[in-house]
Amino acid sequence: MDMKTLHLLVPLAPLAGAVAAGLFGKQIGRAGAHCVAIFGVLAAFILSVVIFQDVQAGNTFNYSVYTWMQAGGVNFEVGFLIDKLTVVMMLVVSFVSLMVHIYTIGYMSDDPGYQRFFSYISLFTFSMLMLVMSNNFLQLFFGWEAVGLVSYLLIGFWYKRPTAIYANLKAFLVNRVGDFGFLLGIALIVAYVGSLGYTEAFDAASTMAGMEVAGIGWPLLTTVCICLFIGAMGKSAQVPLHVWLPDSMEGPTPISALIHAATMVTAGIFMVARMSPLFELSETALSFVLVIGATTALFMGFLGIVQNDIKRVVAYSTLSQLGYMTVALGVSAYSAAIFHLMTHAFFKALLFLAAGSVIIGMHHDQDMRNMGGLRKYMPITWITSLVGSLALIGTPFFSGFYSKDSIIEAVHVSSIPGSGYALFCVLVGVFVTAFYSFRMYFLVFHGKERFGKPHHEHEDGHGDEHHGLASGQKPHESPWVVTLPLVLLAIPSVVIGYCTIAPMLFDGWFGNAIFVGDNHLQGLVEIKEAFLGAAGMGLHGFITAPFWLALAGVAAAWVLYMHKPGWSAAIQRKFAAIHTVLENKYYFDRFNEIVFAGGARALGSGLWRAGEQELIDGVGVSGSSRLVTMVGRLAGLFQTGYLYQYAFTMIVGVFVLLTFWVLKVIL
Amino acid sequence: MTDIPLLSLAIWIPILGGVLVLATGSDANARMARVVALLTAIAGFAITIPLYACFDASTAAMQFSELRPWIEHFNINYHLGIDGISLWFLLLNSFITIIVVIAGWESIQNRVAQYMAAFLIMSGLMNGIFSALDGVLFYVFFEASLIPLYLIIGVWGGPNRVYAAFKFFLFTLAGSLLLLLALICLYNETGSFAILDWHQAGLPLGAQTLIFFAFLIAFGVKVPMWPIHTWLPDAHVEAPTGGSVVLAAIALKLGAYGFLRFALPIVPQACHEYTWLVLGLSLIAVIYIGFVALAQSDMKKLVAYSSVSHMGFVTLGFFLHNQLGIEGALIQMISHGFVSGAMFLCIGVLYDRMHSRQIADYGGVVNTMPKFAAFFMLFAMANSGLPATSGFVGEFTVILGAMQANFLVAFLAATTLILGAAYSLWMYKRVVFGEVANENVARLTDLNRREFFFLALLAACVLAMGLYPFPFTEVMHASVENLLQHVQQQTALTPPPL
Repeated sequence: MDMKTLHLLVPLAPLAGAVAAGLFGKQIGRAGAHCVAIFGVLAAFILSVVIFQDVQAGNTFNYSVYTWMQAGGVNFEVGFLIDKLTVVMMLVVSFVSLMVHIYTIGYMSDDPGYQRFFSYISLFTFSMLMLVMSNNFLQLFFGWEAVGLVSYLLIGFWYKRPTAIYANLKAFLVNRVGDFGFLLGIALIVAYVGSLGYTEAFDAASTMAGMEVAGIGWPLLTTVCICLFIGAMGKSAQVPLHVWLPDSMEGPTPISALIHAATMVTAGIFMVARMSPLFELSETALSFVLVIGATTALFMGFLGIVQNDIKRVVAYSTLSQLGYMTVALGVSAYSAAIFHLMTHAFFKALLFLAAGSVIIGMHHDQDMRNMGGLRKYMPITWITSLVGSLALIGTPFFSGFYSKDSIIEAVHVSSIPGSGYALFCVLVGVFVTAFYSFRMYFLVFHGKERFGKPHHEHEDGHGDEHHGLASGQKPHESPWVVTLPLVLLAIPSVVIGYCTIAPMLFDGWFGNAIFVGDNHLQGLVEIKEAFLGAAGMGLHGFITAPFWLALAGVAAAWVLYMHKPGWSAAIQRKFAAIHTVLENKYYFDRFNEIVFAGGARALGSGLWRAGEQELIDGVGVSGSSRLVTMVGRLAGLFQTGYLYQYAFTMIVGVFVLLTFWVLKVIL
Repeated sequence: MTDIPLLSLAIWIPILGGVLVLATGSDANARMARVVALLTAIAGFAITIPLYACFDASTAAMQFSELRPWIEHFNINYHLGIDGISLWFLLLNSFITIIVVIAGWESIQNRVAQYMAAFLIMSGLMNGIFSALDGVLFYVFFEASLIPLYLIIGVWGGPNRVYAAFKFFLFTLAGSLLLLLALICLYNETGSFAILDWHQAGLPLGAQTLIFFAFLIAFGVKVPMWPIHTWLPDAHVEAPTGGSVVLAAIALKLGAYGFLRFALPIVPQACHEYTWLVLGLSLIAVIYIGFVALAQSDMKKLVAYSSVSHMGFVTLGFFLHNQLGIEGALIQMISHGFVSGAMFLCIGVLYDRMHSRQIADYGGVVNTMPKFAAFFMLFAMANSGLPATSGFVGEFTVILGAMQANFLVAFLAATTLILGAAYSLWMYKRVVFGEVANENVARLTDLNRREFFFLALLAACVLAMGLYPFPFTEVMHASVENLLQHVQQQTALTPPPL
């Protein structure tokens, strides 16, 4: 078969699965729905592997599939750009999606919305593939919004829960704020380049660098890049547009793994890497990216420490890791960002799915304070979680080590404004990451068994559904459809870094897909010269600062949650102010709720009352009708119908006229 | 093919069909009235299909022209013709008529024949408006179309229907009188009532300005533009579902169409001079009305305000003076016809069951009406401009056009991305999601086959247009380019002294 046909089949296979499971779910039944959906994603994965080999052999594609619309001399097209950056994303997306599809069979087995769920996650896979395979901004925007839509549908999957339907609306609207910037960036490119194609935009990058935005005088390219990055801040949950991601945990766990950890939230990272020919020419935009990323990496990590919900810990960890990727983009280490994106996709999906497995074992209780000692009952989940945590904190030879260390190195050698702050953030972040990861690990799998206590209250508003283990009940290991994906994800979480760091970061494997300007190349070349090979780097890892910081984090977690559990409460009391700030997530939510949501509602009803009802309808419409009535009444006063009044008026009139005439003649 | 007077047929088949339906008389023959109405509507739509099939996209000239003398003394003619700007509106109008007839099938039980006839006659008159090339003919159709809509609101409307019908009538009549003045003034200047002759009038700037403001108010009321829009929410709220659908899908387009057919080509220099004014009013419509929509507690009012906001995009696009802007605005008009029509139908489906339009009376509808919830979701998303739905195409293109004109205009226009999603989805959340809110919601039944059919039809249109808008813009290029060229040439000339 023609390669182009294969390209087309990659997104269409999951789409077909989504349509079949969604529209004909009742007819094909549960098994039918998951078979057809899994088949679609499996086909996408296999085809991605084939395409990977083709690209590896040196072929790249950049072509239009069909012309969507023409207007104003601009061609709006749907087309594919298949290069090394694309295939990495295609493999990650289709593989993680496949794992999540299999896992879902077990996780959602009792849910009445089974078919609908499969339809949504297949639709998501389609949208995400369209996003990463695009060769133009139109399709990028389509994919961008489509993944947002599916995310909205899936966060609100349990549509009866007030918290879920609050969270999904919030997620959609916050993402729309990002998309607002994104759209302006795209519109600027179309206005100044006259095309939606990547190639045309990249070719015009240096011209744009010298231009200004007409009317406001801002430097054009910087404005474009910052606008595009605002889109990335929404999708990839960077401060201050991160607020939707923790709440998105209201959705079922499989989608937290797929959408809110491994794939969709990395769309922003991918997009900036894809746009590297533009960002490279704007130092200001890169600094902006760097500072936002560093802030997210550190300060979102802190929040992970105070969470008690197992999924929320992983969610904050995701925010923090997305910050690391953004930092890498800011220091022009695009390949390191993509590398971390890939390793993170594996171990974070693993951690989420393992958390889901724990949640199944705990009968949908997510509070870590009710867990403890689960390693005895859930051995596979335990081991795979440990693997995921070790990868996350950057233990040498694990995949996360290679990617995170490369980012830290790149920040270290960078001289872009803000890199000092970023270095501080990413280093402290290593300690924080290790601390919250192992806090979670110890609380869940080690220590005293705290489950099976008489029933406690739930604050999370899950309604009357029965949650948690009954008294005396024990957790149990999950079925094989759940544990198999865990094992399959654990393998790359360990080895993928070791295997791919050399080609992806140092041998220029990405080729033309990623562009780094000459002025930023210096530091990266230094790192490359110091690179000792994957094994050497791993060994060297034991004597670098990040390793000791991570170790300190693990040790601290062990002391506070295993060795002296009383201390953590004491510390919490001592630093109550800080703890309150962290518990309230730096008050972002409250601020948004009052200022933006409340403000918009107040403004709306204010305008409605004052502007519409009182001013326009009251003064304008009713006013003019009153005016007409009044004039009518006044005129009516003279129409009395009494002859003597008319006669009297006439006489007065004649008299007045006569007086005038007489006076005029005399004077 | 060209020998058949297609345009005349498109106008007179529905009107004569309407008269025929009237002849079936009392409600005893209601079934017959419905069937005849449906057949007429289908025939009316069928006759517009060859208009698209035989349309020559390469020329900006008027096609399918018909010219017969009417009142020779004043040089008034029965002159019809369409170009790439008007073509889609005939199809849209005739298509929506079918939907409206089906939608009123069961929910209208009183004076069925009169109801159906009103819609059919209006449909014919609307086709007349979109194809008239003679000023007087246009005016006659324009005015006549008020009457059926007035009756629909006044007879089959809600409790406050008389107020709403009067408000509607007075607003539009005030505008129409100004239009009449402008038309007579143009006749005095040029000695002709042919719209195409007026395009070449080249009036002095003073006269242009006066005529421009007459047009602005006459068509602005119809669009409706801020601040002369307040008749619309009242009319929508009181109108029966079918009335709202036609009002939103077709009637609002008349005003916008007027800007393209009259204002821009006839008084180009004045339009150029007052671009800032129209852009300002349009942006107010997009933003201010967006916030007002957020505050509504009545679903129909909310969608009505959302209509005003979306139509703001249309007038915005027209006055950007570039091709992206105008074509995007035209696309937005067609899409708005599908989407707002569908939104009102969805609300009608709920209203038929619950007899309430208050958002607060609903909650958890998805539990009892899952199919309905799926359709409603699609249309709410289209209303907030999601890609792959028709709502995206026009908004996106207009924003691109706005950026070509001015960063700030694009910035303000793009806020619709947030506002549109906020009011559409917040309403959706409160109505559809959640636990079953009360016993009435618990008793709801899902869509019947008839409702499913017309919503599916509109859903197909919304998706098709979102996935492949190419055919929609393809036929516009020549006409829009020609219009822009004409405006540009005219504004480049120094206007003759007063």
